[in-house]
Amino acid sequence: MIATLTRARRTVEAELIAYKRTWRGTVISSFVNPVFFLSAMGLGLGSLVDRGQGNLSVSYLTFVATGLMAAIGMQAGAGDGAHPVMAGIKWRKEFHAVITTPMNPGDIVVGRAVWGTIRLTFIMVVFTIIAGLFGAFDVGTALMAIPPAVLTGIAFQTSMTAFTATREDSTSLTTIFRFAITPLFLFSGTFFPIANLPQAFQWIAYATPLFHGVELVRKIALPGIVPPDVTTLPIWVHFAYLGVMLAVGITLAARFLDRRLRP
Amino acid sequence: MTENLVEARGLTKTFGSFTAVDSIDFDIRKGEAFGFLGPNGAGKTSTMRMITTVSPITDGKLTVFGMDPTTEGRDIRRRIGVVPQEDNLDLELTVAENLYVYGRYHDMPRATIRERIDELLEFAQLTDRRKNTVESLSGGMKRRLTIARALINDPDLVILDEPTTGLDPQARHLLWERLYRLKRQGVTLIITTHYMDEAEQLCDRLVVMDQGKIAAEGSPSELINRYSTREVLELRFAEGEQDEAVLRLDGLADSSEVLADRVLLYTNDAESTQRGLHERGVHPEQVLVRRSTLEDVFLKLTGRRLID
Amino acid sequence: MSVSAPTRITPVGKMSDFRAQRIWERNLLVYRRIWKVIFTGFFEPVFYLLSIGIGIGALVGDLTLPGGHIVSYTAFMAPALMATSAMNGAVMETTFNIFFKLRFGNVYQGMLTTPLQPRDIAIGEIGWALFRGSLYTGVFLLVMWVMGLVESWWALMTIPGAVLIGFAFGSVGLAACTFMRSWQDFDLVSLATMPLFLFSATFFPIDVYPPAIQVLVQFSPLYHGVELLRSLTLGIFDPSILGHIAYLVVMGLIGATIASRRLDGLLRK
Repeated sequence: MIATLTRARRTVEAELIAYKRTWRGTVISSFVNPVFFLSAMGLGLGSLVDRGQGNLSVSYLTFVATGLMAAIGMQAGAGDGAHPVMAGIKWRKEFHAVITTPMNPGDIVVGRAVWGTIRLTFIMVVFTIIAGLFGAFDVGTALMAIPPAVLTGIAFQTSMTAFTATREDSTSLTTIFRFAITPLFLFSGTFFPIANLPQAFQWIAYATPLFHGVELVRKIALPGIVPPDVTTLPIWVHFAYLGVMLAVGITLAARFLDRRLRP
Repeated sequence: MTENLVEARGLTKTFGSFTAVDSIDFDIRKGEAFGFLGPNGAGKTSTMRMITTVSPITDGKLTVFGMDPTTEGRDIRRRIGVVPQEDNLDLELTVAENLYVYGRYHDMPRATIRERIDELLEFAQLTDRRKNTVESLSGGMKRRLTIARALINDPDLVILDEPTTGLDPQARHLLWERLYRLKRQGVTLIITTHYMDEAEQLCDRLVVMDQGKIAAEGSPSELINRYSTREVLELRFAEGEQDEAVLRLDGLADSSEVLADRVLLYTNDAESTQRGLHERGVHPEQVLVRRSTLEDVFLKLTGRRLID
Repeated sequence: MSVSAPTRITPVGKMSDFRAQRIWERNLLVYRRIWKVIFTGFFEPVFYLLSIGIGIGALVGDLTLPGGHIVSYTAFMAPALMATSAMNGAVMETTFNIFFKLRFGNVYQGMLTTPLQPRDIAIGEIGWALFRGSLYTGVFLLVMWVMGLVESWWALMTIPGAVLIGFAFGSVGLAACTFMRSWQDFDLVSLATMPLFLFSATFFPIDVYPPAIQVLVQFSPLYHGVELLRSLTLGIFDPSILGHIAYLVVMGLIGATIASRRLDGLLRK
């Protein structure tokens, strides 16, 4: 375990070196995107919702800001586990180079997860502070919801890595984004309470990981929120769901990547 | 009388302050295989691009099939086939589709293209690959496909920019054999290369280019006769002995060339030169006797080797 | 081998000099194989529409538009999604896909050794992006109709309307593409399209913005696209529709001119 973590650190170091060249674009977008999204969705659309017929227990800005924390985590994580992994396997083939050193495919998976945690934490801290400035919530309380948002992201990152490792080309990546990630983004409670969904779809929503991420963030960041804007499920259920998903994700990603890189 | 397909007078190409092609003259006759020989950066590709009308000429005069590339580019391109230095096959299409779309770019009727594809795939020995993606082809196959693509419109003139660079020896020989066939069918070929053996194999006439200028012109054997001797001795010495040995070679051969790793002696009688070496007490580690090649011509003309 | 018995191939007639359709033939071959990707692309805007229809629409309820008309939020939002998807489709096609062909595949360099010219490529690729965009629009319109969101027969005109949006964004996208040096520059593309999506009176009527911002929004090309399609699907017209059309036409023409000139310079050095 210790050895794995030490070797995983090499992956983080390599990512950091690569990041030195591209950080400007990502840093700008991690500041600019929250501002854009929160003002359009939270303030603009929010003004319609708050005077509309929805009767949320919190303002729409608050509702969307917390939902977005988990959803952004998912999107960043899933994105990280898709095309960059395909590039490492097939296009730029840097994973093939890495495993000629003492590094194993499993070390790559763990290393990228650690790196993803660092990067997501940064994105989340920035987002939380900006959302706090918008008046979405109390920053002090909301910061505690960052770990679950990051956990959601990493669970998606590792699972997506496992999926990518089994795929021949990027067409299936496009498909999974269109038919899994986008619908999750739109229907897992980020933009409206899942109580608004037809009953049958609510049960499907319970099964989706982003739902648990969103619930967890809201329950931790917003002590004032009440059903039906959130469900009555206890917090540990959400943690357990995401924790299991992460464990399975890492295990499968390591196995599939190994099979792919060392057939 | 022979017809000239391409005529250039004072042809010049500059990019900013850099002169890639510096006022060159040449004629390419119908039915011949004409070579442009020179190292990378000599101006060969720029010249090719002007002939194919994709690069505007800076100065001088150029006609292709008697037409002006500036104003009649489209009509010129109807009658030529181009094999660029780097394969630019359409990776999103299959082998056969690559040929098909080029036929359409040339406004050919679909039925004609389909017949032509069968012929060309056979010519390129890719018949069993017709439905494969381009990505799955080997380097040699890709090159043959690019050549087949250049032939789709049954061109009068085929322009090949370094057709065999980067291929393994077997693939090169196969490609040469296919180009021979074309030549025998009367297709005019323009070939650029930095390989001497390729120029000697394929070209009826060639020009040697260096730094944008034409350094010499003629058939391979003419050039060898004019600028070199019949035979060449290549001498390799033990570590550190070359400098001292060179001093004793004076007057032994018609001329000599001292390179970093060996010494070349140009002579019409290798045997007597070898005897001379012995008599002067020069003992190289290795002596190789070979025929003179275009490489020697180039070395003589420019004092540099073609490929470093 | 019958290269040895060549049949003289005469080009079919001299025709006009128009050859952009050859680019279409090529793209059609490619798309025939990746139709699944194209097909599944239809779902994305539909998912958005459903999410808004089921969820957000229920939160918002009905809207009173500046002119006094009352419409459901979903009916308000649907044409905006249509316009956005026309924009995104055209921009993706003319930046991402064409950047690849231009810088990596050298596909265009090859085409130019045939009778094709840079102008044919520019017109062909923009035209293709429009064709693809109008397919998406057609399907989206059908879904809107099924969901009862179409108020007027004028809605059929959203197809040419979306083509106009595609033309405006596609030609500017192509022009921008000729300036791009690396994949990194694509961050800038989303940095431009994302705020357009969020702030072009897409999610909420323009009178929700503070007055100063309202002026700014009117510069956004997507705003004009959204308003154009919204008039058509809601069947609410006023003279400003001519202004929206004019804006998009001028934008498209400027983009196409720059794109064609830049392509010529890039490809014929």
